[in-house]
Amino acid sequence: MIATLTRIFGIKKLDQVEDAVQDAMARALRLWPYQGAPDNPTAWLIQVAKNRMLDQLRRDSRLTETTDEVEIPIVGEADAAFAGEIRDDQLRMIFICCHPLISEDGQIALTLKTVGGFSVSEIARAFLAREPSVAKTIARAKQRLRDFDIKLEMPPPDKLPARLESALKIIYLMFNEGYSALEGEELVRTDLCHEAIRLCELLAGHPVAGAPKVHALGALLLFQGARLAARCDAAGELLLLSEQDRSLWDRAMIGRGLGHLRKSASGDEISDFHLEAEIAACHALAQSFEDTDWSRVLDCYEELLNRNPSPVVALNRIVALAKVDGVGAGLIELNKLTEDRTLRNYYPFYATRGELLREAGKKSEAIDSYQKALGLTSSEPVRRFLMKRITDCGLRIADCGL
Amino acid sequence: MPQYILLLREAPSDFSNFSPEETQQIIGEYVAWRSKIQAEGIFVGSNKLREEGGRHVSMRNGKARIVDGPYSEAKEVMGGYFIINAANYDEAVETSKGCPHLKYNGWIEVREIEPVPVPAG
Repeated sequence: MIATLTRIFGIKKLDQVEDAVQDAMARALRLWPYQGAPDNPTAWLIQVAKNRMLDQLRRDSRLTETTDEVEIPIVGEADAAFAGEIRDDQLRMIFICCHPLISEDGQIALTLKTVGGFSVSEIARAFLAREPSVAKTIARAKQRLRDFDIKLEMPPPDKLPARLESALKIIYLMFNEGYSALEGEELVRTDLCHEAIRLCELLAGHPVAGAPKVHALGALLLFQGARLAARCDAAGELLLLSEQDRSLWDRAMIGRGLGHLRKSASGDEISDFHLEAEIAACHALAQSFEDTDWSRVLDCYEELLNRNPSPVVALNRIVALAKVDGVGAGLIELNKLTEDRTLRNYYPFYATRGELLREAGKKSEAIDSYQKALGLTSSEPVRRFLMKRITDCGLRIADCGL
Repeated sequence: MPQYILLLREAPSDFSNFSPEETQQIIGEYVAWRSKIQAEGIFVGSNKLREEGGRHVSMRNGKARIVDGPYSEAKEVMGGYFIINAANYDEAVETSKGCPHLKYNGWIEVREIEPVPVPAG
């Protein structure tokens, strides 16, 4: 809605558009209980908000004595065309929100607010940030758009690849924010993941923007997203991939992911998203943790590591390596990483080390590692998980009478 | 089946301060309630009364006395009404209880509609 109205009235009127949409919602709240919701609620809301905007512009122009004519395209009669129009408006809006003049935080927050319809308080809750600071970030981003008079249109062909790159990055971050942080309100975080998937599929469906790597990202997000419901047990405790009930994975999302994976193979470019999607596919398609095609997973991590030597990728590679060549081989490789400064304060490093040591039967060393990990994270679910591991190991030591 | 009218009364400003997500949720609740009573054959009709305008008309000393609403200063206004089917007051009250209006500080006056007798023959 905001995207469509902003196209009509211009990015400078973004604040007024938001107010008009709010007014339209309030009007819907008064009328729909008695009159029922219209067949196309979005079209109704847009129409009402548009009329509000026009009233206000007329009032304003009378005040300032300007005779600027505002050209109003008629909202499409046919619903299908209308849906297409909204989709295109949202795409343009994503590209505007990902404008290089706006900070990364600003890009994410503005995309969520204007394209996703998230409120400031929801964004704050999702990012564990304070409301006033989110509001400020958004206000600053809007100010940049106004100052530079950025037009709500698709970027020109020569700028599209770069802008697409940042749009994908934003979508990836948005998803991760919802997926990996384990605190905060579960519902809002899940919404964040689904919104990232929606935006990615929106891009993927566009004739110009739908590059193979967009499909690769779509596949990745859908495979990961399919596991959302299985990440915690009934008591809300964190479950590792190996412990998850795979029957809870969303088969429909995995199916959609496979569709995107196929389409991602159409070009000759292989992006990081392609490799990550392939890893995610290996997990999504495996009957059990043990059945996973670990050597393929390992190949992908090795390729990722070649392209981008990051210690975090190296750590993930070792998990796969331990599956293929055994825990011993994994531990040898892991010890080589101990020198890495980036990993020194990264709790997953010690948690992974603990897991490998535990599997190797070296319980007391495992406990040491888990304790180091414990000292590096403040996330309550992770802490509870680590404590449980420590007592598990500890109990067995006690059993052995050591 | 006897018919009842549910007069939905509320304080005039009660809905004004909701955030977009709250608004969406409340609309959803009303739409769900409405669909439910429609599906169950309880719903007969409903109308929203326009909030702007309004007149009080009375007679004083043989002359019509007309006072303008809006009653935005008034403590409560009638937002609109529903007409429903119900076997008796208990049923009508039961239906009203499900109306989200009650959750958002409104109250509902339930009155049975006197049936118009069907002429014999």
